[in-house]
Formats: sequence, C-alpha cells, structure tokens
Amino acid sequence: MPTVFFTSQLARFIDAPTTTASGATLGDALESVFQEHPQLRGYILDDQGAIRRHVAVFVDGVQVRDRSSLEDKLSIDSEIHVFQALSGG
Amino acid sequence: MADKLYVGTRKGLFVLSRKNEKWDISETRFLGEPVSAVLAFGDTVWAALDLGHFGPKLWRRTGSEEWTEMQTPAFPPKPEDATDDPHPWSVGRIWNLTPGGVDGRIWAGTMPGGLFLSEDNGASWCLNTQLWEMPDRLKWMGVAGGEQPGLSSVLVDPGNPQKLTLGVSCAGIWQTENSGETWRNIGDGFDNEYMPPDQRHDPIAQDIHQIAHCRAHPNVIWCQHHSRIYRSTDHGATWRPLENAQPSGFGFAVVAHPADPATAWFVPAIKDEQRFPVDARIVVSRTRDGGETFEVLDQGLPGRHAYDLVYRHALGIDETGNQLAFGSTSGGLWVSEDGGESWYAPDCRLPPVACVRFAAG
Repeated sequence: MPTVFFTSQLARFIDAPTTTASGATLGDALESVFQEHPQLRGYILDDQGAIRRHVAVFVDGVQVRDRSSLEDKLSIDSEIHVFQALSGG
Repeated sequence: MADKLYVGTRKGLFVLSRKNEKWDISETRFLGEPVSAVLAFGDTVWAALDLGHFGPKLWRRTGSEEWTEMQTPAFPPKPEDATDDPHPWSVGRIWNLTPGGVDGRIWAGTMPGGLFLSEDNGASWCLNTQLWEMPDRLKWMGVAGGEQPGLSSVLVDPGNPQKLTLGVSCAGIWQTENSGETWRNIGDGFDNEYMPPDQRHDPIAQDIHQIAHCRAHPNVIWCQHHSRIYRSTDHGATWRPLENAQPSGFGFAVVAHPADPATAWFVPAIKDEQRFPVDARIVVSRTRDGGETFEVLDQGLPGRHAYDLVYRHALGIDETGNQLAFGSTSGGLWVSEDGGESWYAPDCRLPPVACVRFAAG
C-alpha cells in the first residue's frame, strides 16, 4: 500500500504520523488518510480541495504539479511526501 | 475594569494580566505563529492563526481547559460557472471574531470577504451565502497586503442581534436587519479620494479601514476611512466628514466609547504611502464632542524617532471606556487606564501586533 510521510513541522499543531494509505491516485490516498485524521485535511488542502499554496507534495520523488485534481497515479508501494514549500527567505 | 489583555502578534499570542496596577505578560501561546484575530468573552478565548504554510486555523480555550482546535470557517465548493469571480473561494485569513449577542453565536469576518456564523461558540461554521453570492460582491476590491477584500469590522446591534453592520476593505458599509438574509450597501456622504471622479461617492467604492459604534447608542458609528474620519448618527445611512482631526485624519483603527456617543479614539499617521506617525511622534487622538474637535494625547508615548503604525484591530477598549490599549507594527504596546490621558508601556518588546482585545463579558 502507498505510504504517506508528513513534514515534522505539522507536529507543532496536529498529530500527523507516517501512515499507509489506500487508493490508485494521490487524491484517493490522501482522502483515505483524512478519513482517519479529519482535521489534517485543512492543513494540506484549501477549501476547494487543492494543495495549499505553500505546501509541496512529492509522489515517488516527483513534485506534484497538478495541484487541483490530485490525479497523479500511484503504485502499490508509492511513497508520498508532504512538505512545507520553501516560499521565503 | 478588565484585568486581562490579549495581544495577537506576528509571532504568537501574549496574555497580559493586571496586578498591582501594572500590566505584565502572564502567558504566551502559539509562539512563532501569526495570530490574526483574538476574542475573549466570558471565560472563553478564541485565537485565529494565519499559518503561512498550512492556512488559517481557529483555536479555543474555556476556563482552565487546554486550548483546542476548532473547525476552521471554509467556503463551499466553487460552482463551475463562477468563472468571473476574481476572488478565491478559500479562506485566506480570519480577520475578526465578534460575539453575536446571542448565547453561543459568533461572527467571523474573513479575507477574501466571507462572513461566517457559528451558533456553537466557534465549534462549527457556516458561510453567509446571501452576502457571498450577491452579484455586487464581484465589485469588491482588495486590501493592501492581502490583495483580497476583507471584512474588517462586524458590528452587532446591542439591542437587536439580527441587525449587523459590516465594514469592508474595500467595499463600503453593508447592513442587514435580518441576520444576513438580505443585505444592502449603505453610506451616503463618503468621498474616496483615490477613485475615479464619477465613483468617489459610490457607497461600494469606499475604503473602510474600520468602523466602531457606541454600544449605548448604536445609531452612532465612527468610521476610520482611508481618506478621513467620518461619523454617522443614523446607523450608517449617512456620514459626515470630520475635518478637524489632529494631527491627521489618516489611520486604521478606531474605538468608540461604550456609553458616550460623542467620544472616540484614533491613532493617526501620515497618509498615504508613508504610513508612520506624523513627525515620528506616536499620539492618540480623541474627540469628546462628536468630532467637532480633537485632542492630541501623548503623555507616556514615544515623542521622537517613532515609526510605529497601528493596524485596524490593534486598538482596544474595555467595557467601561477607561481602559485602552494599542499595539504597533514595531511591537510597541501601550495601555491607558484614564481614557487615554496617559499611557504606560508594559515591560516587553513584542513582535508586530495585529490585534488587541480586553477580556469582556
């Protein structure tokens, strides 16, 4: 199953452990995590379900460019990393 | 008289307590995080965070309980045909939190201009769709720094909680008599000097920095407008410019005396682009005659080399009208316990201050 890793910076606000997910796309995988951790959704996605402007998501080492549809395909052993984007000095 | 003062800053929430006639920091929370709004009412405190990476958040503490994260106000899915909407359907910042005059009711004013209602002390929120879906809302302009419209002020009529008056930066004054079922844009008499000549007096084109009403006489509303200070005596329908403001009529913050409709306070600055105190002297201006004349109050405030600016929500007043406090963009904090006659700086150097609230209720 895909594994989702969250930036440790989230721990200042909310419990965000490394977790296994289910689903064939990034959106499905994140949704499966949010089912278990509902409050985490608002930290990663905005009100319209897009990746927050200053959050970066990588799937198997490649940064996600389509930040709205979240349709990046996953394999059974994909690794998803959720980071805070570098957006300042 | 209040004995707690909540100061939201760029780097956390600071709680000051009054002891032996002095104010001192007694508690810090959310250190390192921007606090965009705070409300202290009864034994409950709400703090809105504006996390740079992870979006707006809302936390609450009741009595001696631990702080708990609440649901954050959020917009519904944006309709596919809303392609002409220039503003995002996503809360960028919670800009103010206002008690609704009914047990459990709170209003949240946000950027990009959504008004949200909670009936359960902030645990859950619902967008006021009537205001958000008005065709005229597409004409609302952004505010410097956020580039989105912002609900800077939410006034709830003390005698009629169904009557709300909003100050929008930048879209004028909006009022409802029925808890937000219908809204109308009011405000005759304004003059927004930077607009094209044919739009300067249009009520929707007004750059309202902040409005404040007298709780005992809510028909009296003061407005710190971008162009000057105004006063209304008819619930915001018509406005009279106050041309005698000293040392300037530019500023962001205003507070009204809770009982005396002739008294209000402002923190003036040089307009427009410079935005620091006139002559680099921090002063508070006060009128006690309905805006006919203004007193310049400076006892205890820095009299030279001061470049502090005071934002909309960074001037607070208690329920008696005797205690005032304000914080600045340079992290200064001053408290008065005599209606502004004299000021005292608690022993602290704070991060830039966004909001200041005395405990109320």
